[in-house]
Amino acid sequence: MTDLTINGIEISVEDGTTILDAASKIGVTIPTLCHLQGHEPLGACRICVVEVEGARSLMPSCATPVTRGMVVKTNTRKVREARKLIVDLLLSEHEGNCQFCDRSNDCELEKIASSIGISKPLYAGEKPEARFDYTTKALIRDTGKCIKCRRCITACNEIQAVGALFPQNRGFETVIGPAFTSDLADVQCVQCGQCAAVCPVGAIIERSNIDDVWEAIDNPGKHVVVQTAPAIRAALGECFDYEPGTLVTGKMITALRSLGFDAVFDTNFAADLTIIEEGNELLTRLKKKLVNGEDIALPMFTSCSPGWINYAEYFHPDYLNNISSCKSPQQMFGAVAKTYYAQKQGIDPADIVVVSVMPCTAKKYEAARDEMADSGFTDVDYVLTTRELGKMIKSTGIDFRSLPDGVMDNPLGVSSGAADIFANTGGVMEAAIRTVYELVTGRELPFENLHLTPVAGLKGFKEASLTIEGTVPAWSFLEGVEVKVAVAHGLSNAAEVFRRLEEDPGRYHFVEVMSCPGGCIGGGGQPRFTDDSVRLKRINAIYAEDEGKPIRKSHMNPMITQIYEEFLIEPLGEKSHHLLHTHYAKK
Amino acid sequence: MVDAQIPTREPTDEEITKQTEIIVGELIGRKGALIPILQTLQELFGYLPETALKRTGELMKISYSEVAGVVSFYKYFSIVPRGKYLIRVCLGTSCYVRGGKEVLESLKNNLGIDIDETTEDRLFSLKVGRCFGACGLAPVIMINDDIYRRVKPSKVGEILQSYRVQEDTDD
Repeated sequence: MTDLTINGIEISVEDGTTILDAASKIGVTIPTLCHLQGHEPLGACRICVVEVEGARSLMPSCATPVTRGMVVKTNTRKVREARKLIVDLLLSEHEGNCQFCDRSNDCELEKIASSIGISKPLYAGEKPEARFDYTTKALIRDTGKCIKCRRCITACNEIQAVGALFPQNRGFETVIGPAFTSDLADVQCVQCGQCAAVCPVGAIIERSNIDDVWEAIDNPGKHVVVQTAPAIRAALGECFDYEPGTLVTGKMITALRSLGFDAVFDTNFAADLTIIEEGNELLTRLKKKLVNGEDIALPMFTSCSPGWINYAEYFHPDYLNNISSCKSPQQMFGAVAKTYYAQKQGIDPADIVVVSVMPCTAKKYEAARDEMADSGFTDVDYVLTTRELGKMIKSTGIDFRSLPDGVMDNPLGVSSGAADIFANTGGVMEAAIRTVYELVTGRELPFENLHLTPVAGLKGFKEASLTIEGTVPAWSFLEGVEVKVAVAHGLSNAAEVFRRLEEDPGRYHFVEVMSCPGGCIGGGGQPRFTDDSVRLKRINAIYAEDEGKPIRKSHMNPMITQIYEEFLIEPLGEKSHHLLHTHYAKK
Repeated sequence: MVDAQIPTREPTDEEITKQTEIIVGELIGRKGALIPILQTLQELFGYLPETALKRTGELMKISYSEVAGVVSFYKYFSIVPRGKYLIRVCLGTSCYVRGGKEVLESLKNNLGIDIDETTEDRLFSLKVGRCFGACGLAPVIMINDDIYRRVKPSKVGEILQSYRVQEDTDD
């Protein structure tokens, strides 16, 4: 332990703690624009400077570890003036267009400038040339707003191991972006949006579909249905100043109805459908391999996360046969809405508009993939992020906090708790195992609360195994088989899966990968700012939603039984194959 | 600085890939191998072709954007093919005050290219330097290893013509 003094208060912290973290322990907040919890300090923005007795110059608190007897002052005239100067200089280069900026309500630069008392610009210097990048479906870049804090570099390179963004050129001409100041579409960007999630200003944002959605709602000839991903209900509240982890499912439904959607449905329904298709796909692959001795690709990877699909298509094309052919729940929902639901309601699918609310930016890209229109109609027409939905609700003047709770519409709004946990890392795995285990043994998964605890939580890479015993006759070939699974979240951890598979190709049967840290609850489209404490609160909220449901297993969802009886006939059947499954290609 | 070998024809993508693989293979074990690899590639090709940079990234397991970040950080590296004759115009203090900038303008007009560009016929590339240590001769330009002293903007055409003529005779 190291003893030191901060602003006259004596404290003792673990060796190696930075001044920034030590100060936060006694409630002293030091402003910073570049620091990202859990990652090597960059010292790029310099706003966190503090005075350290005996030091020749001000020290960046994010990058300075404490030493014994250190005397730190965070609020002297010298510190205040230095911070003002730094923020002034950042503002002099920042082409903010603040009135029209996507971040006008949650800009970190604006907040810091205001909190340290900058009332007018001091320097009217030259500004770098602003460059816009509209080349992807998911994201928009505006280099004029970039303050070169490099958080996005950390997110793209360290958290995601994608490497689309890197500093280009040098000095005043530095551009944070793809190779040689090209555009995102020119490099291997998976469109996960973790860059947009950590950007302190409006330099990287999602490509908004708010106007498209209003246009559809205002068109009397269109039947506009909305689906919300499970992760939305545990995060949307943050747009309305609820504590992170507050479930707002009921208010969200009422708000969506007030916006004018003709039916409010749940991506959860399609998540349950995914489990039936994907669970059967896993069992079929195991049977082909273990019984027939066929050369079939194992382990099977999950396919719900479009950033992950992009990652595999770019970086691991040799494994594309291992990825489940199931479309993601978002796309399954769209396909079912424009066929089954359209027929049931007697509506021409051409007049149905499917809007998704997703915690994700890559879902915008996924919805626009050419192959996602097997019914003859585009599965999903528009995708909104959680943040965009928050904005839409605010723009109507709806008082979200005082809304009564609503209930999802039938039949595509009914779901099990297994569908809720799709939002969490480890959740798709748990949901699948709940169903597969019961299918194979005829008994419920014998774990407390049905939770597959070893693959839950924020550890980046998780493994578990389960020996199957007491099988029913149809699946007796699995008797005594130890099913081995792995779960990774954050694409740098997916890289770890591949490293282990290269050592031992038979290591796993089933692997879940979600692009974003924490899973969808930590997606690139979620309210800012998401750190590990926020992730945990959202994860716990999702488990609470699951545990509160009368039905906890996908195969027990009566509406799923009904859609197979009335429409799909059987899992992996001809109709499923046509509408609910897809294929991948090397990029 | 090693002068670039000017190839008589453009190498194909296959040739670039093959050469890149050899060079990366030789140097990858070193600490901080990327910069020596880039230097060697530039010496070989006269510039850094996109194919070579992408293959280098793949082999070193670093992204193309990261490789590009390093290439674009250093003025030494060039991603445009370099001409047979590299013209460097000194814009150090002495040359600057004695009309180096006007000489540069004249060169730009005459060649029809900007700084760091190469003429379409791959004959000339234009770069700017900061003091060649020949201030007494200002303003100075260098064309490959030839030094031209007290250059007047009006004489630039004549100087370039001598290289063009030489080229015609060579052919």
